[in-house]
Amino acid sequence: MKESAYSPQQSRRKFISSLGCLTIGFSLTGTRWAEATPSPSALALPGSLTIEDRIDAWLEVLADGRVRVFTGKMELGQGIRTAIAQVAAEELELDLTQVEVHLAETGRTPNEGYTAGSGSMEHSAMAVRHAAAAARQQLLGLAAQHWNTRPEQLNLSAGQVRKTGTNQVLSFAQLLNGKQLEGEVKPSVKLKPKSEYRYVGKAIPRTDIERMTRGESVYVQDIRLPGMVHARVVRPPAYRARLEAFDEKNFKVPGLLKTVINGSFVAVVTEQEYQAVQAQQRAREHARWSQPQPLLPSGQDLEAYIITLPTRSQNVKSQGTVSPLDQPDARTLRASYYKPYQMHGSIGPSCAVALYEGNTLHVWTHTQGVYPLRDALAKMLNMDPDKVHLKGVPGSGCYGHNGADDVAADAALVAVAYPGKPVRMQWMREDEHAWEPYGSAMRMEAEARMDNTGRISHWRYALWSDSHSSRPGGNPGNLLAARYLEKPFNPPGSGYAGGAFRNSEPYYAIPNYQIDVHTFEGPLRVSALRSLGAYGNVFAIESFMDELSVKAQKDPLDFRIMHSTDERAIAVMQKLKEMVRPVKTGPNEGIGVAFSRYKNTATYCAVAAKVAVDKATGQVKLQQLWGVIDAGEVINLDGVINQTEGGMVQSASWTLKEEVLFDQQHVSSRDWTSYPIFRYSDVPIVEVAVIPRPHEEPLGAGEAAQGPTAAAVVNAIYRASGKRIRHLPVRAEEVAG
Amino acid sequence: MEKDITLQVNGKQHSLRVDPSTPLLYVLRNELELNGPKYGCGHEVCGACMVLLDGVAVPSCRVPVESMEGRKITTLEGLIRPDGTLHPVQRAFVQEQAAQCGYCLNGMVIAAVALLDSNKNPDDAAIRAGMERNLCRCGTQTRIMKAIQRAAKES
Ligand code: FES
Ligand code: FES
Repeated sequence: MKESAYSPQQSRRKFISSLGCLTIGFSLTGTRWAEATPSPSALALPGSLTIEDRIDAWLEVLADGRVRVFTGKMELGQGIRTAIAQVAAEELELDLTQVEVHLAETGRTPNEGYTAGSGSMEHSAMAVRHAAAAARQQLLGLAAQHWNTRPEQLNLSAGQVRKTGTNQVLSFAQLLNGKQLEGEVKPSVKLKPKSEYRYVGKAIPRTDIERMTRGESVYVQDIRLPGMVHARVVRPPAYRARLEAFDEKNFKVPGLLKTVINGSFVAVVTEQEYQAVQAQQRAREHARWSQPQPLLPSGQDLEAYIITLPTRSQNVKSQGTVSPLDQPDARTLRASYYKPYQMHGSIGPSCAVALYEGNTLHVWTHTQGVYPLRDALAKMLNMDPDKVHLKGVPGSGCYGHNGADDVAADAALVAVAYPGKPVRMQWMREDEHAWEPYGSAMRMEAEARMDNTGRISHWRYALWSDSHSSRPGGNPGNLLAARYLEKPFNPPGSGYAGGAFRNSEPYYAIPNYQIDVHTFEGPLRVSALRSLGAYGNVFAIESFMDELSVKAQKDPLDFRIMHSTDERAIAVMQKLKEMVRPVKTGPNEGIGVAFSRYKNTATYCAVAAKVAVDKATGQVKLQQLWGVIDAGEVINLDGVINQTEGGMVQSASWTLKEEVLFDQQHVSSRDWTSYPIFRYSDVPIVEVAVIPRPHEEPLGAGEAAQGPTAAAVVNAIYRASGKRIRHLPVRAEEVAG
Repeated sequence: MEKDITLQVNGKQHSLRVDPSTPLLYVLRNELELNGPKYGCGHEVCGACMVLLDGVAVPSCRVPVESMEGRKITTLEGLIRPDGTLHPVQRAFVQEQAAQCGYCLNGMVIAAVALLDSNKNPDDAAIRAGMERNLCRCGTQTRIMKAIQRAAKES
């Protein structure tokens, strides 16, 4: 495709120098390759090769001999760029500096859907590993041909092939001689033996961290394009409020270039950024909105309310019979738990830059899925998807589906209404807090019966939850702005119910059980928050396991181990036991533990928490967290540790502090004062141990700690104070006394 | 109502014509094209936008730029040594890999530099107190505290 007319040499130079970073630059060049149907043999391939098996879709040899790797996944702060580079460098015997990783971009990288569910190692890294191995084979083949020798006589290092025992070398670029890698990855491709690994499994430092400390341009927020204008969106006062009138005649602010009004979607465009901030405030005074029904019947308690809502109910899994639970006796136990709405709470509010020019829309976005968002934007704008080009650029950490897609839709709508200039759409703090899709409130009910040896014989569990995913997935109804247009797109109704019952089955050997899920549509907008329903379910199950262990008078870890049959589960718990064994607790201090295997099929994680409780005030001080994680094959050891540390701290913050509040009209948690999160004085000491399993599948570590940390914290509070906390967040008045 | 304003940023004088009520942050990011200071909350409660003002770490998201004339402003970029090497605090952040998304990192480094300037050897409590205004959502605080201890040792 031809370069966009927008990028004459001069502005391109300015563009690149102002970005100072290759991964953001050069993004107007358009399509590198077209999506194609993979060959039938692709189905036998690992990871994302099933959707794209051409070698050159994943790797490209650059003229200077370096290799560019294409991933359809996004950098979310999990260090994916480094992990992918490690895998490619390993198979191709490159130095890490010889690998460049190109993040998700439509028309340039494979369509790997969303960067979510801790699947990036399993899907993208595995595809890159096999594609790189296939490339290695091909390059060796070319060299063998060139020297008329056998591949065994050749040696690969630092981007060159050497004829063994000679000084003859050829770089990858020379071998390809202006061509690119060809063909598909075959299931039979030979991988480098793991025993010879130099990079994979090691704690390789991320190179982007130095760039961050230097204040280089890293984030979508840092993009500055020539002629760029600034935009803000003016959201209604309530979800269902509609614009009745906007007094455009009297709406005058300095620098105002355009007021975009489309149905109830209102946005302002100005020359300077601060003018946009002021225009957003002033525009509110000129808009008249309808008064919709209140969010909740007045005086209603949310937990009581959600179980009165109509539900779609479904049995998740059952085995044997649970009828003995209908006659409660001394051997049965029953408890219910609750978690409130919680928010992603990114430190940097969502942002996107969009440019509409020559019938093509370019959007720079921190979405987790450039392709699904492209399709949703194209439908919203009634455009050909080929004319919508999205480039993934990192934003502030998102921890799931935050405002990233919505702000891109806002930017796209404004760019189309104000063509020819790059539009930088930045959400303000209030926009993010009040309009992001939250992690759903959930209620969980658990019942169990134990035999006289303390073994659980019967288990019944039911949960109530809203959906845990309303990602765009090609559907404009999931984009906030699209719901307010003159021709609105309606939300497609309940999203992914599977998210609600993620980890709703206990990962323990219990002969009789029944698990049911009841999905409702609650008052607030919801979507995927790190670990989805696993946080609430593991909080409930692992709190309940603690209650049962007390009843059975067993050590809480031994109690879990005695119900476990999976060696890897037992190993993380044994390791945790070793870590906390030497720890002493003083008066009013306690240690709590919890375990889960994420999704019951992925990463194993056991967590211990130590708290001190002030009985008079009910104040809880979280002193320390220990985590043990088995995420299968580790690609970057420090990456796994960093993600687990961060996950534990974040989950502890959710558990001890966080709840999205709302009044009759709308969300009232609109800033860090009305929605407090952990500050330094709250943060515990953390220690993480990794059990490496080089010969297992890599599983991804980003979400495994969320659930177990919550339960470990409340279990520790119980051990310290005798108070059982079943409603989150932990409240001092429930701990006091 | 734009006005001519002279700002001293990272050792250089800048003459600008801006609306004098513009918060410093927007001028640093947009007029001076500095990426260090970040917009996080605009309420002086998260620290993402911090700069050193005459050596003191302060949020830049609310102070009007006109009140900054004659003050010495240092941003993350200004901590880099003339030979291009990193300030010991920046170096310690790299060595400890003290970031996930890194969006909070600007404020963390700035607050840490100010803290170490006033207290060469802060203990755990002093570090927490010195960093209390800075939020991190990725949960990187424990690594940042290690980085601060390392910088204290190495400088
Ligand atoms: S942006 Fe200034 S303190 Fe948050
Ligand atoms: S590293 Fe992401 S907010 Fe601190």
